[in-house]
This record gives sequence, structure tokens and C-alpha cells, in this order.
Amino acid sequence: MGKSLYEKVWDAHAVGKLADGRTQLLIGTHLIHEVTSPQAFGMLRDLGLKVKFPQRTFATVDHIVPTDNQSMPLADPLANEMLLELRRNVDEFGVTYFDLASGKQGIVHVVGPEQGITQPGTTIACGDSHTATHGAFGAIAFGIGTTQVRDVLATQTMAMEQLQVRRINVEGNLRPGVYAKDVILHIIRLLGAKGGIGYVYEYGGGLFDRMSMEERMTVCNMSIEGGARCGYVNPDATTFAYLHGRPYVDMGDWEGTVKRWASFASDADAAYADIINIAAEEVEPSVTWGVSPDQGVGISECIPDPASAQTDEERVSISEALEYMQLPAGTPVKGIPINVAFIGSCTNGRLSDFREVARFLPGHKVAAGVKAIAVPGSQIVAKLCELEGIDKVFRAAGFEWREAGCSMCLAMNPDKLIGDQICASSSNRNFKGRQGSPTGRTVLMSPLMVAAAAITGTVADAREVFDLKAQVGAGAC
Amino acid sequence: MAIEPVLRVSGTAVQVPGADIDTDRIIPARFMKCVTFDGLGEYAFYDVRFDQDGKPRKHPLNDPRFAGAAILLSGPNFGCGSSREHAPQSLAKFGFRAVIAESFAEIFLGNATTLGMPCVTASKADLETLRQAIEADPTLVLTIDLPSMLASYGAAGSFPVQQPASLREALVSGRWDPIAELLENEALIDQRALALSYV
Repeated sequence: MGKSLYEKVWDAHAVGKLADGRTQLLIGTHLIHEVTSPQAFGMLRDLGLKVKFPQRTFATVDHIVPTDNQSMPLADPLANEMLLELRRNVDEFGVTYFDLASGKQGIVHVVGPEQGITQPGTTIACGDSHTATHGAFGAIAFGIGTTQVRDVLATQTMAMEQLQVRRINVEGNLRPGVYAKDVILHIIRLLGAKGGIGYVYEYGGGLFDRMSMEERMTVCNMSIEGGARCGYVNPDATTFAYLHGRPYVDMGDWEGTVKRWASFASDADAAYADIINIAAEEVEPSVTWGVSPDQGVGISECIPDPASAQTDEERVSISEALEYMQLPAGTPVKGIPINVAFIGSCTNGRLSDFREVARFLPGHKVAAGVKAIAVPGSQIVAKLCELEGIDKVFRAAGFEWREAGCSMCLAMNPDKLIGDQICASSSNRNFKGRQGSPTGRTVLMSPLMVAAAAITGTVADAREVFDLKAQVGAGAC
Repeated sequence: MAIEPVLRVSGTAVQVPGADIDTDRIIPARFMKCVTFDGLGEYAFYDVRFDQDGKPRKHPLNDPRFAGAAILLSGPNFGCGSSREHAPQSLAKFGFRAVIAESFAEIFLGNATTLGMPCVTASKADLETLRQAIEADPTLVLTIDLPSMLASYGAAGSFPVQQPASLREALVSGRWDPIAELLENEALIDQRALALSYV
């Protein structure tokens, strides 16, 4: 019986069993940021410990940075203090820091791959649940809490229990106007927000084989929204081509390196705890209507009606979501008015996301009264977009073109919703209050769908707005 | 670094109902602009406990009948979303010493255990019976006993609870903070790192 990539990476990094039965797992790469690391460094100081492998620890700043004015000191004194604290910690413990002045700063999950720090067959941890993103490279990458950040800083290991592997095959081709974001929203809708508890998701099949690295990152990123602690795609020629020549890739013995990376891919006869098969053609441009990422529908569908729920639990959860979202049951999801449009985040803030939207934006204008912002995931993404003139396309259409950061995904910086504003968002979470206002509302979707919403001022079908000549499904309402 | 075993938690309980209660709900992100965990207790469930003007809303944690509760009762997928340890930290600092729910998101479960806060699951039916009992008598003392994996209260008897074996072992043997044991294996860590060409 063969092994899955997860099992191979786990075996290669298992230091031993702890007395309680958990495995002590070596974390080859540790990514840190300003929000979840200060207390961990504080604990190190309290215990008189050092960072075990500072050369395997990489820091950047993303959650709290403003995206309009990044000059120091930051206007928010608390945010400024967190930046100073991170600076003090990386200096004292000798950690590499991609700071605002480096030209390489950005969302930690954009920076890692960009720098070639994220590599196949490795273990990666970060005090951030979207660490799952790095699984796109065939790494086992997961989010951890701050005490575990301390453990990894001090020992380069952590206590962990092995998970089961669920294989998710997607075969066939996506229809025009359907993107990686729709694929993961579709998967989460099918399997539920808690469907992945206890599992690692291995994404495979023809669709994933043909996806770019950035598309794979979008899917792996939201594994956590499906309840899976990590998700991955087996490394292949696409992975190796992406990594070739990146700053942290050792180009000394490229062939040997590729051979080693490839050896971690799941064996053809690997056993899986569960296998799910999905046809790519079934995936529609998807949007959420509720307050959990699994509360989503295709753009031609209707907002569900609690009256037609299968169980009491489902009825209560639909009612609660619709009450918060102030949306009428049983009506088309298309046409919901929006106030804000946000393109960015670790899910959809990469070059290909902005490039794709920029193909369709010329000739269109953001609707009156809609605030539309485009936030590159890193300084390098921003620079590449600007070299291609993408920033100008966005600006001409009425978007604000911002500097790199997490921005409106999570409400730790000045980019926030106000009151009960509703936001068409390319981010990953539609939780109550997630975007900074306790009554703010989020509708998750792909970047092109956000652009369509920005232009029409409503949740819209990008295939119609941008005349994609696709077979647009007949309304199911 | 000897740490206290956590064998059982006893105290009154309060239910925060709902499925998929995420860590943004438990501790809104704006309260994470801090460099210590001190003071997070007062912000637990802040945006559902207080309105925009800071006035208390109707919420179980604002209900004087349940003041001082040591055990939090909730639904499926409790603690989903962000990996922020600020969530279990704020619950602990609010006064909770254990959580009992239908299921837990993985990262929350690990974070809470590392703080010595047991998170156990129970069947929907048992949780509903417990909820009714607490509602009828908020002074009811609930005991979660890890060696026997039973939750008991009043004269009503007890019901089984579940927890991954390794986490239970970590709690009952006083190894819930693993740092000492992780540090002990330094030679093995170096050996393993050496075998991996990238570390």
C-alpha cells in the first residue's frame, strides 16, 4: 500500500511520540506576523529561551498595516506599538523580517510562496489559520495558536495528532467566468463548514492538475473554512516551474531538488479515509448569503427559505443568518444591493487575480455610491501589477488602488465596514462582524464577481456584466 | 516545570447557543491589537453582548442568573475560523474553566488544551437535557470528570463526554503545556533536522 503526501511528510518530520500519545512534529518553516507572535516572544523571555532555528523563521507585517498611508509612525498607536514590538523581537532573536521598507512585505501567505520559502515536502506553521494556503505546493501547512508559536520558536517542533486524509477529485473543465474561488466555495457548500474536522484535504484530479499555483493557493487557502486544518495539492511540473529561481530556492542542484520534491507526491495506490468526486462543469459562480462560508449558492439560485429546511437545526441557522444579513428568504441572490467592493486578501490578492479582473474592467465604472478598493497581497504583487498598468485600469474604473496588507478581510486596520454596510468581498470569511463593524455584512465571491458587483451596485453574474458568452444557467428560482 | 493535572472541572454552566460559533465572535479582531493577553476577559463575545453604544444586550453571558459560570455549553463546530489563541484566552479570563459542545474546530481545541482548559463533546440530546436543567436551575453544579469521561449534575445522573485520547492524557497527567517535554528531546530534534536538507 502506498502513502499519501501527508503521511510521507509526517513521517519525515516526526521526532517521536510524546508521553500523552501525540507526535512531536518538526516544523521546518515557521512564518510569523505581528498579531499572534508578541505574546509568544514574551513567553520565551519569561522562560529564558532562544529561537531554536532563527534561520527557519520568517516574519512580515500584514494584519494591522493601513493600506492608504504606511509611513511610520502609524496613526493608530496600538498598531504602531505592535510594529515596534515585532521589530524588537526579530532584532533580539535574529529572525528574517520582510518589513515595510523591504519591498517584500505583504500578507504572510503571499510572501512565503513569492520568496520561494514555501516548498514541497516541508512542514510549515504560522499563527494564522490561512496557513493552509501553502499546501498548494505540497507542503503540510497549518495554523497554530500563540502558545504553539512559542513551542515552535523554542524547539522548532510542536505536539500534534495525526489527521486522516480526504481526497477531493475535481474532473473536467470550469465554464467561462468560473474560478478557483468558486471551486472552493462549492466544495465547502457540499461538505459543510465542519465537514473537514479531523481531515486533511488532498485536492486532485484533472482540474487541479491544470490549475496555476495561484489558483491552487486560492483553493488550499479556504480548506480551513471547510473545517480541514490543512489542504494540499501534490507537487508537479507547475509547482517546480513556479519555484525555479525564487530567492529562497537553492538552485545549486536543481534536478536533485526537483527529484526530492517530487518524491513526496502521493503514491498512486495511496489509501484515503474518504474520496469525494466533483464535476467541474457543475460549479457555478458562487456567492454566500449567510454568516458561515458554507451558506452559499450559485449565482442563479435563490436565498434559501427556512421553511424548506430539512432539520430544525438548519431552519434555525438559516433564520439567524437571514436576520443578520437582512435578506429575504426565497428570493434571487442576484440583485442584492451592495455598498462596498473589496478585491484582495490571502485568498485572492495575487497578480493573476488582479490581471484577470483588469482584462474585463476597461469601459466599466464602479456604480455611484459604491466604495471599491483593490488591495495587492504584497509589495511585489503591487509592483508587478503597476508594471503591467493594472493599477491604472482599476483606478480608471473607479477603484481605489491601495498598498499591500490584509485590509478589509479582518478588521484590524483602518479598512472596515461602517454600520450594516454590505460588502462584495474576495476574502474568505463572512462571519458576523468579520469586516470590522459588528453589524457589517459580507458576501464572499471571486474577484471578477466582486468587480461585477462594484459596477452594477448589486450582487451580479459576472458572465452577464462582462458578456462572457457563457452558458448562463437558467434561474433556478 | 511541573504543571497541575486537570482531572475535573466543577461549577455552574451557561449555554451560548448556536452552530459554528467562530473565534471572531468569541473575540472580535479589534481587541487583538495588544502585545499581552491581559484584559481580554472583558471582551469575550463583546459584539453580541454589547450594542454600538456599549450598552448590554440580551445575552446569556449578561444574564445575572448565570454570572460566575465556570463551564460554557455550545453547539457544533465551536471555535471555528481564525486560529487566534485570544479566543480561549478571553474565555479563560472571563472565568470559564471548561467548554462542552457538540464538536470543536481543531485549532481551538488544541489552543484551549494548551491552556489547561478541557473541551469535551457530548451528544446533542444530552446537551439539550443539560440545557433544560440549567435553565430550570442556574445554580446547578456540573462536573466534567476526565478520568471517567462523564459529566454529572444534580440528581439527574450523568452522561458520557468525549475527547481525543491524547488530549485527555495531556490534561490528566499534567502535560497540557508540552514545552518541557518538547525541550527535552533536543538531540532528537537536531537529528531529525539534519536528515531534512532544507532545515
